[in-house]
Amino acid sequence: MEETAAVRPQAAAVRSTSELRKRLWRNRWIYVMLLPGILYFLIFKYIPMFGLVISFQDYKPFKGITGSEWVGFAHFERLFTHPDFWKILSNTLILFGLNLLFYFPVPIVLALMLNEVRSAFFKRLFQTLVYLPHFMSWVIIVSISYVMLTMDGGIINELLVKLGFSKINFLLSPEWFRPTYILQVIWREAGWGTIIYLAAIASIDPGLYEAARMDGAGRLRQIWHITLPAIRSVIIVLLILKIGDVLELGFEHVYLLLNSMNRSVAEIIDTYVYTTGLRQMQFSYSAAVGFFKSAVGLVLVMLANRLAKKFGEEGIY
Amino acid sequence: MVEDRSFAGRLFSMVNFALLALVALVTVLPFIHVVAGSFTTNAELAAKKFILIPTVWSLDAYRFIFSTSTLFRAMTVSIGTTLVGTLLSMLLTSLMAYGLSRRDLDGRRVIMFLVVFTMLFNGGMIPTFLVVKELGLIDTYAALILPSAIAAFNLIILKNFFQNIPDGLEESAKIDGCSDFGILFRIVLPLSMPAIATISLFYAVTYWNTYMSAILYLNKSEMWPIQVLLRQIVVLASGMDYSSSLDSEVPPPEQSVKMAVIVVATLPILLVYPFLQKHFAKGAMLGSIKG
Repeated sequence: MEETAAVRPQAAAVRSTSELRKRLWRNRWIYVMLLPGILYFLIFKYIPMFGLVISFQDYKPFKGITGSEWVGFAHFERLFTHPDFWKILSNTLILFGLNLLFYFPVPIVLALMLNEVRSAFFKRLFQTLVYLPHFMSWVIIVSISYVMLTMDGGIINELLVKLGFSKINFLLSPEWFRPTYILQVIWREAGWGTIIYLAAIASIDPGLYEAARMDGAGRLRQIWHITLPAIRSVIIVLLILKIGDVLELGFEHVYLLLNSMNRSVAEIIDTYVYTTGLRQMQFSYSAAVGFFKSAVGLVLVMLANRLAKKFGEEGIY
Repeated sequence: MVEDRSFAGRLFSMVNFALLALVALVTVLPFIHVVAGSFTTNAELAAKKFILIPTVWSLDAYRFIFSTSTLFRAMTVSIGTTLVGTLLSMLLTSLMAYGLSRRDLDGRRVIMFLVVFTMLFNGGMIPTFLVVKELGLIDTYAALILPSAIAAFNLIILKNFFQNIPDGLEESAKIDGCSDFGILFRIVLPLSMPAIATISLFYAVTYWNTYMSAILYLNKSEMWPIQVLLRQIVVLASGMDYSSSLDSEVPPPEQSVKMAVIVVATLPILLVYPFLQKHFAKGAMLGSIKG
């Protein structure tokens, strides 16, 4: 008996290796199909990730990674002791907070409202209009804003004057940077999130609403007790993704809004990376700054994911 | 949708409707304003006589922006990038999505993890720039396409869509002697047309909106896609002619000119938008997002 038992695992191992080989061979064309995509991810996503080692070097392009000397955490020290570091970090975090506070609830509310519209035609119409800006580039969004907000003939300032107020310098003054920023974000992205929530709402069993009405629940209570809980998972997943996202996506947008007058509030980590890296050619230092930011973003996502799981929700992984 | 005929219910509906109508209006008004402003003379705009419908119609702005080759060149770059980019992206994404949709594939989970991970963490702007530089792609049009050839988000949507195609179809094709490539091109893709169309439009819009890649990887202003030119004209308020941007005697562009360039940069998206819309309304994509 023991002999057979000893022989069996070996036989099983041999069988599964040869089965594996057979499967690999049978699927060989599938692997060929995967090859270009895998190459793409390796070259343009993973090699840059490994390239982050230059954060610990004094990278010189002509010396390459292997030739440049190592400086350990020098760049990170430099970052944390930089006089503007806290300002830049807080600018970034404030925009992040504004996003979560003012932008994030909007698609949810819009989806709830759209769901209550009875006419399919108007539902479609409003949806179509509201997520139109999502497909415009940030350049278009900011350009339209510029044309409307400029002190030099922009419609908003003209209206202000007509109403008896004085003109506001939306584009240059530091005080107006954040409101302008968040309004643009809402304008552009609210509609997009709405689609996703609407899809989740669409799968709710109508019987639940019927039962609630029987029990005397009005529209608002139905929303609070049926609709919202049903989309809770989607909200949480999107929230986690947003957290991972926000430290990333602001760059194109903020870069367009940034100018010498509002730099004190508009300079965020990514614009700082761009300036020091590509304008001033300080590759290692800027890579270190970018690394810091990406790492923080990842930690935030992991924390948020764990928190969500603690509350009984599915995380994103 | 359950009817609610009580007074409170109807009031709710009316207020809800009114608010939504307001939101929808506010969302599109800026576009209408800009389009209107582009079809009038600058004098009219300066006189501030209207907001949405021009009192005087004129094509002056458009005549001006098309009078030099600058805009044409930028549009050509953008159109070329969009066409080539979309084709390449769809090819790569479909191949990889199909491969990953096969459940019996060894290593599938590992590859999926590697793909999803890139959505959470990446090397950042500088390392990616250095890779592009080392590949010799600076100042090439390929730099506008290759670094963003596959969007993980689109890949996952397409993969989920392929997965939902009944196995029976693929199996019977296999029994009939069809190769893997054959199954992909002759059975799976034709059945996936809504998803293919939608993802293609996603990519097309992204490529048309190319801006950051151009700023990072292109140094020559003749290679600029239209979004970069737009920024130059509206945000930086420089002239239409690169060589004259150093010349301080050239006045900044007028409002109507800026508006006309915005319209040109936005038009293609507005044109394909109804097609995109159709597929969203079908909800064809949404089931796969959930996956």
